[in-house]
Amino acid sequence: MKLVSAIIKPFKLDDVREALSEIGVTGITVVEVKGFGRQKGHTELYRGAEYVVDFLPKIKVEAAVDDALVDQVIDSISAAAKTGKIGDGKIFVYDLNQVIRIRTGETGPEAL
Amino acid sequence: MTFSSLGARRPLLAALILAVAPSLAMAEDTLSSGDTAWMLTATALVLFMTIPGLALFYAGMVRSKNVLSVLMQCFAITALMTILWMVFGYSMAFEDGGGLNAFVGGLGKAFLAGVGVDSLSGTIPETVFMTFQMTFAIITPALMVGAFAERMKFSSMLLFMAIWLFVVYAPVCHWVWGGGWLGGWGVLDFAGGTVVHINAGIAGLVTAIVLGKRKGYPTTAMPPHNLSLTLVGASMLWVGWFGFNAGSELAADGVAGMAMAVTQIATAAAALGWMFSEWLSHGKPSVLGIASGAVAGLVAITPASGSVGPMGALVIGVVAGIGCFFAATRLKRAFGYDDSLDVFGVHAVGGIIGAMLTGIFSASAFGGAGLGDGNNTVFAQLVAQAVGVIATLIYSGVATVVILKIVGSVTGGLRVTEEEEEIGLDLSCHDERGYII
Repeated sequence: MKLVSAIIKPFKLDDVREALSEIGVTGITVVEVKGFGRQKGHTELYRGAEYVVDFLPKIKVEAAVDDALVDQVIDSISAAAKTGKIGDGKIFVYDLNQVIRIRTGETGPEAL
Repeated sequence: MTFSSLGARRPLLAALILAVAPSLAMAEDTLSSGDTAWMLTATALVLFMTIPGLALFYAGMVRSKNVLSVLMQCFAITALMTILWMVFGYSMAFEDGGGLNAFVGGLGKAFLAGVGVDSLSGTIPETVFMTFQMTFAIITPALMVGAFAERMKFSSMLLFMAIWLFVVYAPVCHWVWGGGWLGGWGVLDFAGGTVVHINAGIAGLVTAIVLGKRKGYPTTAMPPHNLSLTLVGASMLWVGWFGFNAGSELAADGVAGMAMAVTQIATAAAALGWMFSEWLSHGKPSVLGIASGAVAGLVAITPASGSVGPMGALVIGVVAGIGCFFAATRLKRAFGYDDSLDVFGVHAVGGIIGAMLTGIFSASAFGGAGLGDGNNTVFAQLVAQAVGVIATLIYSGVATVVILKIVGSVTGGLRVTEEEEEIGLDLSCHDERGYII
């Protein structure tokens, strides 16, 4: 099992959610985050006073998936979140040791 | 209103009435219900400029931890100045001062003695004139709040404002409108460019310098926390300003109508002037920019609104929009003072631009209604305008320093402590937060 964690542009969230649904991902977790990468921040200007805002708002989408689905998930997110411009985001993939469905007590891939 | 103050304020009209229609001069003592109705309305409009207009304009520009403090300061000033104006202020500004009359009025109307239901000031009840002028005495100190925002102790602020009203506002108001020495120079200041805006602008700057910079200025980011409030406040100022300028005619007549028209034109021109200046020099037009430009235009047209025509207003607006843009964005940075919300850059600079251009565009050759009493040339009028500006800058600036020193020693320092400043004035001075989310 893998945990796929993708940082994307906020306005791409709906596209990514739809793309993941289409390939059979049954659940995702979404967090509003701030950060910077190569896109850096932006500047704001108030009566000539310039402020550099380092952190830009992004969305972090997390999906726990079976090993067999990982490549498809990565492809789907990459395609859906891509604009081709700087700041499209990144995808991180982690090994996932255990998953437990709290309601039933199921564990492992059955709990996904 | 006494005839001398009428003459100082509306020299042309007064001269015209005397010269052309003596019978009209007699009519001055009769109450006009039309004039009275308009002045009741104008008075409410000018109060609306301070609360909530100016209060919101400033509240949006400070950081969220100080939003209540500026609202509170504007509101408390409104209440305090009302009482002080009733007690001595009105009398010191508008009553005859005897031997001291050139400098300040007397105390004959202290506690509004003799101001009754039947007292008239021109064609309106004196109660209305007194209250109308009271709203000017409220907004002038309130304008200064923007200069020392986010760091002045509330107790020091109140005491400072109380003394300032008597020592600075009432005399300067008397100089120009109450029969004092500037009126004798034929200075044209229809609605208070000098009395209100230059006066508050320089006093604000001096206070900002005496207090010192906010902690972290200019290295820390201090962006406005809610420009929606600021735009709403600026819009209310714009609307209320019709009471300020058209109301300063003290009558519902053609001069008031022209004052309204030129106010609207100059304000729009200045809003666009600032917006395009910013767009060209920084790449984008901003909400704070267009709102600031509108206020700059309102300030600049204030002294001119009773004597210039539409074309003069257009030029005044454009010059004020561009001039104040540079004052607020460049001048402050170049000199390194921390006038938090640009009271000097907008009100003093806009006021000076307005005062000087009034001297030019009031001339009938430029579509104006004519120059001030005793000034036959534009040059003579410009000298008179400059005298008014410089006298106000010097007197208000020096007196403000002295008052601040006295207040500081009485209240144990003008500023809040560094820790209180860090926490924010809302919590440290008022035990409240503006936003509980």
